[in-house]
Amino acid sequence: MAAVSVENLCKSYGKVQAVNKLSFAVEEGELYGIIGPDGAGKTTLFRILATLMLPDGGTARVAGYDVVNDYRTIRNLIGYMPGRFSLYQDLTVEENLNFFATVFSTTVDENYSLIEDIYKQIEPFKKRLAGKLSGGMKQKLALSCALIHKPEVLFLDEPTTGVDPVSRKEFWNMLLKLKRQGITIMVSTPYMDEATLCDRIALIQNGEFLEVDTPRHIIDRYPDVLWSVKSDKMHRLLDDLRSYPHVKSSFSFGETFHVTFYGQGSPGELEAYLSDRGHQSVEIRKIAPSVEDCFMLLGRKGKNGK
Amino acid sequence: MLRFLLEKEFKQIFRNPFLLKLLVIMPLMVIVVFPYVTNQEVRNVKLSIVDNDHSPASNRLIQKAASSSCFQLTDVSSTYDEALRNLELGESDIILEIPRNFEWDLKRNEKAKVMISANSVNGTQGGLGSQYLSFIVTDYGNEFREQENPVNLSAADIPIFQTDMIYRFNPSLDYKVFMIPGLIVVLVTLLCCALTALNIVGEKESGTIEQINVTPVPKSLFIIAKLMPNWIIGFLALAFGMIFAWLIHGLVPEGNLFTVFVFSALYILAMSGMGMVISNYSNTMQQAMFIMFFFLIIMMLTCGLFTPLNSMPEWMQIITKVNPVLYFVEVIRLIYLKGSTLNELVPNLLWLCGFTIVFNVWAVISYKKSA
Repeated sequence: MAAVSVENLCKSYGKVQAVNKLSFAVEEGELYGIIGPDGAGKTTLFRILATLMLPDGGTARVAGYDVVNDYRTIRNLIGYMPGRFSLYQDLTVEENLNFFATVFSTTVDENYSLIEDIYKQIEPFKKRLAGKLSGGMKQKLALSCALIHKPEVLFLDEPTTGVDPVSRKEFWNMLLKLKRQGITIMVSTPYMDEATLCDRIALIQNGEFLEVDTPRHIIDRYPDVLWSVKSDKMHRLLDDLRSYPHVKSSFSFGETFHVTFYGQGSPGELEAYLSDRGHQSVEIRKIAPSVEDCFMLLGRKGKNGK
Repeated sequence: MLRFLLEKEFKQIFRNPFLLKLLVIMPLMVIVVFPYVTNQEVRNVKLSIVDNDHSPASNRLIQKAASSSCFQLTDVSSTYDEALRNLELGESDIILEIPRNFEWDLKRNEKAKVMISANSVNGTQGGLGSQYLSFIVTDYGNEFREQENPVNLSAADIPIFQTDMIYRFNPSLDYKVFMIPGLIVVLVTLLCCALTALNIVGEKESGTIEQINVTPVPKSLFIIAKLMPNWIIGFLALAFGMIFAWLIHGLVPEGNLFTVFVFSALYILAMSGMGMVISNYSNTMQQAMFIMFFFLIIMMLTCGLFTPLNSMPEWMQIITKVNPVLYFVEVIRLIYLKGSTLNELVPNLLWLCGFTIVFNVWAVISYKKSA
């Protein structure tokens, strides 16, 4: 049985189609990533699955229960962590945890083993008001509270947005540990580097999935050879690259541009072309594509298709 | 589970220093200070005199007017125009002009005329001031005639009207006695409605309501956990208000304390319910505040506390029938001043029951829809 199964799910706000006929399934014990830019429909999807919002059409089942009819049962079985910190800021760390344990009719001791690794890190601050914690600690507390009733499925909506890189890494290590304990985790993130840590990822844009597969397969399926290009006149480089007739695509990517060629193009010719245009110390290297490259490619296809 | 929800609510309330201060300062302001501020008795009206007669009779009239506690003689002008100028400058509020031959007319038992002109920018002061002044003049006229020709005076000649008024339930017609019960109501209304509305919208704004909604906590239980602390706070406010009214103004209810509590219990629930309805239709504290002010101001102005209901246009009087504040103000006044018993107040009790049910059912329904 799939932990989450969704069929033809739709939700719109006025004219904006936030979730557009989505169908997918998350296996039990899977770490499933929803990757996409802001406004792609990630939060809407999570809110529907967490029984906070009714879908306009289609069905969704979580742990075998329907999100519309059996929402009460589902609420006992899931942990939900919204993108925005939403615990009681005027209660202490300890009080928040106890409160959420009691509303699920359980105690902190009963499921302490599950949260031990995470909670240990914030335990020194347990008498502190939750509102006075740092961003990373808030996330750890929120995760602890979402786990305190030993949920079967965990929904994490952009848990690492606004968290420093070290805390982000720590957070993902915790998720991998939780996965080993058999909890199904659905996580959304705008960070592509986090995607590779998931078992499977769904690339979402405009409420539609562009592709669903393991990160490895998605990367392997990248059709072209990818080159990274760098020169001393970076701000002019993008225009020059795009004016070169054999360049198929070029995207800004941190400090370099990622470029693919049509059949006739080659790095040697490009280097000569750029030198003619006054670029010096041109550097063209062959690189392995990342999830982000795949997303850019698929996203562009999605747009052209319309 | 309710216990834990309540525990959480009380922790939050006690951690909110502002709220606790508000709970003491507001009754203090409303009950101790407001009665003096909202006093509509007319005192110390600045009186300007134009005496064209300069006779003993006119002198005595002036003295009589000036010695009244209502008036303060601030100006004596020689002509009416001069007096009017002073009135325009704000040095006086009311002019009493005594015509030439005033004494002569009085003695001859003819009609003696005086002119009273009042600045009615402040309507109450102008109206009541001129009324008081004409009382004094009439009174004086009667006195004068009695003294001058006591023999002449017979019932047939000059009819003397004497009106004796007895103000029941507020014998000295003390404005404070009339206002304080109403102000206690204002206090309870403001606190209960505002606290409930802001409490729930606060959870919306901070997103915590989302986290509660994904737990198995039933909505009705959540609402009850919100209502009960506010109910207690409402009672505390009421108690503070009544204690201050007793300590400062020596005002205690004529009727039964138990009756006060029965009605307050209902009324606080009704107001909290209204606060909850408002919170369900607003997403931010700001929205909630403005919606609340809109309704509270209308309700306060049409509850008969500041202006009598009978002087409102008929259509407004019909609208005021659905104003819960009206019924509670009436009840508290009747209990405080007249000592009415529960049996006499059954219609109000039913109305308040109705409001409580309507608001709270509406609150539960709209809460379900909004989430």
